[in-house]
Amino acid sequence: MAIEAPQGASAHELAAAPTSERDAPRRYFREKVWLTWAVLVVLLCGACYELHLDFTYVAQKLPFLLGVRLSPDGFIQGAVLTVFVTGVSMVFALGVALLTALGRLSKNPLAFAVATFYASLFRGTPLMVQVLIIYLALPQIGIVLGALSSGLIALSLNYGAYLAETIRSGIMAVPAGQREAAMALGLPRWVIAWKVTGPQALRLIIPPAGALFVSMLKDSSLVSLMGLWELNFLAQSYARSTYRYMEMLISAALIYWLLSIVFELIQFRLERRFGRGVAALGRP
Amino acid sequence: MTTALPAFIVVERLNKWHGATHVLRNVSLTVNAHERVVVCGPSGSGKSTLLRCLNGLDAMQSGRVVIDGTELDQTVHGGARRDVGMVFQSFNLFPHMTVLDNCTLAPIWVRKMAKPAAEALALTHLARVHLSAHARKYPSALSGGEQQRVAIARALCMAPKVMLFDEPTSALDPEMVKEVLDIIMGLAQTGMTMLCVTHEMGFARRAADRIVFMDRGEIVEQGTPGQMFDSPRTERLKAFLQNVYVPPTP
Repeated sequence: MAIEAPQGASAHELAAAPTSERDAPRRYFREKVWLTWAVLVVLLCGACYELHLDFTYVAQKLPFLLGVRLSPDGFIQGAVLTVFVTGVSMVFALGVALLTALGRLSKNPLAFAVATFYASLFRGTPLMVQVLIIYLALPQIGIVLGALSSGLIALSLNYGAYLAETIRSGIMAVPAGQREAAMALGLPRWVIAWKVTGPQALRLIIPPAGALFVSMLKDSSLVSLMGLWELNFLAQSYARSTYRYMEMLISAALIYWLLSIVFELIQFRLERRFGRGVAALGRP
Repeated sequence: MTTALPAFIVVERLNKWHGATHVLRNVSLTVNAHERVVVCGPSGSGKSTLLRCLNGLDAMQSGRVVIDGTELDQTVHGGARRDVGMVFQSFNLFPHMTVLDNCTLAPIWVRKMAKPAAEALALTHLARVHLSAHARKYPSALSGGEQQRVAIARALCMAPKVMLFDEPTSALDPEMVKEVLDIIMGLAQTGMTMLCVTHEMGFARRAADRIVFMDRGEIVEQGTPGQMFDSPRTERLKAFLQNVYVPPTP
């Protein structure tokens, strides 16, 4: 048997030719980005310096804010508690969100109704109200939860409701042809979900989910309402006791920001991992 | 070809509705082993739907589909599907996997092949469609014609008993149509049973043992390419051919 086909160079090989002329505006893009960042950081530091902050006080309180020391009752505190609350809530929120998204995509009326009811209730009420109801109202019907568990549950349920919509839209955005091609190959449903539609949905889910988690990091300060000594709570109480408001608030803000940057870096790596094979990946 | 071929695909009184539209009306069709059948007809005539019913991508409302002695179950298609290869108009390669991973996914997960064996198999089929050099690339780096050839190789890796082509060249730029048709032609010469929906009438005439003409959800006329192109019997086929077919100059 002889099959003949043109063996010409592919479009890709042709496009790979050096095109320095066309790339000129992109040249040194990365270096220019770093330089601009450096200038902005210097400006920000200058502004902070103008506030004449008491850095010895900041240095004295920093270990407590960061949480390298335990609180007087021997529990984690400060940034460590913030990261713990956010991390655990993220895991639970992901689980709840995945189930809710599947419920919203389900043909089962019960699953659909439960999923939409939950998402509507928890997206339609303020997080602070949810935290307080779970902590203060549930004991009246016999469910007594500790401050930490109440906070974790409220954060997980609230963010799970938002994340469910993100996951649902990601799953729906995968072209139907992908599923059909996988089915035509005889692949079982779970392999299709795990290997074909799942990774493609993840690529679309990661950026908005990353934004949600950064937001959750800061909303985790609401657990201080129940007396947990997380970053924001500590900063405010130190500030109040010594009237060093700017020192403590700016330190707390800086720590939150650094933590967010870590989240962003993780998100960036995940985006790259799941963006493989996609041309023009929103990256210069 | 040998004589007295067994019926490989049997379609009996197939009916399908999309809502109120009767898409397939009592379609009955038999395809023998090693037979190459081209299905043609105006758009909306139900050609693609017929093809999609053969591997259960579309559900039918009544009728029977038997492939190689196995009746297609309306709920569980896995068993029949793995022996029916399908190539789509829009390629439908998995964009997040390399060409090689596209080809090995089903052999590994459905045929339970070991990865090295599946890769060796994939490379032989990629060589067959002249794409060995592109095995490690992602589909987005390939031209349309190359992507469609990968899709053919991917289907062949499952060693299907029959291949279904759903307008395999309709989404291609004109200069890439030939490279894909040549591959399908080569496959036809190996004795692969195939059903191909296409608007490429020149290809149909050269490659097909039999041409099936569909219009408005039913099979209007079928016969050898010679009969169909040179002496069409029905007015509907005559009208269709006038629109799409330019007879070869004598």
